Amino acid sequence: MIKIHVEHLNLQYSDGKESLRDINLDVLANQITVVFGPAGGGKSSLLRVFNRLNDLADVKLISGRVVMDDVDILEPKIDVTALRRKVGMVFARPVVLPMNIRSNLTYALELAGEKRESVLDEAVERSLTQAALWDEVKDRLNEPAVSLSGGQQQRLCLARSLVLQPEVILLDEPTSGLDPISTGKVEATLHELKERYTIILVPHSVQQAARVADFAAFFLQGELIEQGSGKELFINPKDKRTEDYIMGRFG
Amino acid sequence: MTKSWNEFILDWLIKISGYSAIIFVALIFYFLLHEGLPTLSEVSVTNLLSLRWYPIEDYYGILPLIGGSLLVTVGAALFAIPIGLCTAIFIAEVSPRWAREILKPLVEILGGIPSVVLGFLGILILAPSLRRIFDLPTGLTALAGSILLGGIAIPTIVSVAEDALDSVPRSYRDASLALGATEWQTIWRVTLPAARSGVLTAIMLGIGRAIGETMAVMMVTGNAPVIPLKLNSIISPVRTMTATIAAEMGEVAKNSTHYHVLFFIGLVLFVISLGINIAASAAALRQRQRAERILS
Amino acid sequence: MEYLRGLTEIFRHPGSSASRNLKQKFGFGFLIVTALITVVPIFAIFLYILIKGLPAISWTFLTAFPTDGVKQGGILPAIIGTFYLTIGTAIFSVPLGIGAAIYLSEYASDNRWTRMIRLAIINLAGIPSVVYGLFGLGIFVIFLRFGTSILAGSLTLAIMTLPVIISTAEEALRAVPQAFRVVSISVGATRWQTVRRIVLPQSLPGILTGVILGLERAAGETAPILFTAASFFLPRLPSSPLSPTMALPYHLFVISTQVPGMPVKIQYGTALVLIIFVLGMNLIATIIRSRARAHRQW
Repeated sequence: MIKIHVEHLNLQYSDGKESLRDINLDVLANQITVVFGPAGGGKSSLLRVFNRLNDLADVKLISGRVVMDDVDILEPKIDVTALRRKVGMVFARPVVLPMNIRSNLTYALELAGEKRESVLDEAVERSLTQAALWDEVKDRLNEPAVSLSGGQQQRLCLARSLVLQPEVILLDEPTSGLDPISTGKVEATLHELKERYTIILVPHSVQQAARVADFAAFFLQGELIEQGSGKELFINPKDKRTEDYIMGRFG
Repeated sequence: MTKSWNEFILDWLIKISGYSAIIFVALIFYFLLHEGLPTLSEVSVTNLLSLRWYPIEDYYGILPLIGGSLLVTVGAALFAIPIGLCTAIFIAEVSPRWAREILKPLVEILGGIPSVVLGFLGILILAPSLRRIFDLPTGLTALAGSILLGGIAIPTIVSVAEDALDSVPRSYRDASLALGATEWQTIWRVTLPAARSGVLTAIMLGIGRAIGETMAVMMVTGNAPVIPLKLNSIISPVRTMTATIAAEMGEVAKNSTHYHVLFFIGLVLFVISLGINIAASAAALRQRQRAERILS
Repeated sequence: MEYLRGLTEIFRHPGSSASRNLKQKFGFGFLIVTALITVVPIFAIFLYILIKGLPAISWTFLTAFPTDGVKQGGILPAIIGTFYLTIGTAIFSVPLGIGAAIYLSEYASDNRWTRMIRLAIINLAGIPSVVYGLFGLGIFVIFLRFGTSILAGSLTLAIMTLPVIISTAEEALRAVPQAFRVVSISVGATRWQTVRRIVLPQSLPGILTGVILGLERAAGETAPILFTAASFFLPRLPSSPLSPTMALPYHLFVISTQVPGMPVKIQYGTALVLIIFVLGMNLIATIIRSRARAHRQW
């Protein structure tokens, strides 16, 4: 089932950086789609289209269609706030809000107007469990989030993205600052999460891409060079540029 | 939907707050014009530009007042700029960390002393001392005013200049030292020129503060509106524009000519400070642009 | 002897390493002297006023009305007046100033209008205090018919304090890491929600410091209240915002320049109270600032 349908997407920033050119891509539900490629390829820009976070940047031009659940999310009139609740995001550097662990998670719910303590408590436990962090912090919920280690903070950010029970989760190099053990934990979590969510991931290495991808798309300087199932793309890339990048000949 | 309504109102309130600064400046300018311009129809230009300020007999020559402000400010500048600049250099470049932590707050405190307190001390201590030292009939002179104004301008100069010096990139200093220059040479030949615009801004802001000061000068300059042209004017009494307004406003009848002329003087002060501020911010802007070009 | 030898060294071999180092030593010495010239007077002023003024301070002095003209008794009405004026200034300048700072930091884009706003703020900061007094007289006392009153004085002082509050508040807001705002938006917050729930609370200590420093300045000013609020001698405390009031800076001004036979001790006492009021606020601001830095979660 197609979750997001991208058709002729073009994006240009005012300063000319990281644009996207004529992207055509279908993101299927309940799998991990990996968007990979060398720096400056437009991967982060693509992710930020999906939750309209690029509204915060200086966009000169954006055209095409991005249809999610029968709604073109590029339309100016759509409810952007609702979209962002449906699409969660995890950034490269763990950014925990300057509050305690519990408040980091209840923040998004309180924004939506939820006040009932029972609902908040349940959401906190559920999201921390899904992010494989509950056991480690369940007795420390009132401590400042900055007291957690780097790996724990990133899993907290993952939990935060799950708290509103979104449908899509975007992850932009989520393990780039983490040690191998934490990275492994996050990757394992993603594997479990894809049962219930659609996951789009920008990996921080080709190896990570190969490890987790159900579907992969190779981006080079704003263009989508090649896309295919994870097994096929990494073992038998069709385009030479894809093959060169995977083999480490450039990047 | 209720949330959107609230948010809409809030956004508007914030926007209005943002523009309020412009509204106030315009309002002040308008009022000064409104109450001050009638001067030009009530007092001849020759009168305004004459050398006599004696409102009781309809002499409205503002030149002595401008001269007084000028004299006191120039005196203050001569005193405050070197000391302020050198202090800033000391704090930013020479002093050790612990000394800086003490000095910066102290300078800030000096800047916070109400000017009326400085004027008060000026009357009781400074003026009599000057009288003794220079053997004068009175110590309430332009010199006293200059010293006090200098003291008021120094904290401003020190703070802004110290900030400017501090933001010169370390790499400049390191490069100079690597070439064999002493720290002293580095300060004067590298760091200070690099911070040129910021330092200039500091000086202009300090002078701006000096010109605009009212109470301290009013209390110690003696209030004699004469043109300070003689060489010994610095040790005679003098009258500034600010002191004139403060001293005489209480006694004028509303809408009298005197009233209008005082507003006119206020207008002159407003325009002068406007000029200084525009120049200072233009210098600061050029500094930022130059820095952006260099560092990009 | 060492110095003489050093001096001749400088003149005979100006470029040599030895002479350069000596020049540096002299130079640094000179800089230290100028720094002392700047800093020592602060101690001197404070100590002098403390010594001369302390004898005048007593419970009566602080809580009683002036008697015998103003030559005896206390300065209570002046203290209360300054207190009222400070609060009045805060009421008008704090919401407006913080709102403007929020606009500049969180809402405004970098266009011509925004640059004009900043220019206007710089100008407001540079206007002489006596010109504010004139403006206050013209618009609040006369045009709006508030008369010489706490209201007129507070409004005048508020406009004068606005630039300080806006600059420090904006700086405090900008210091909050941008990443927090991005995260907040990405979970579905609006701009205002982000400001209210994250940016503003995190920048509150910095804003508070700026507010207190601004109010401290307002409390010590004389010229803006000369024609808008201040009265020399009132037999009763002000009964409403529309009454005129006594005030510490104005009181000091008058008793040191216009009252013949004024006891010097009381003059110093008044100066001491004013300085303690002002420096006390400075101290509170500094404490807030350092405590906030220690407790920051970023």
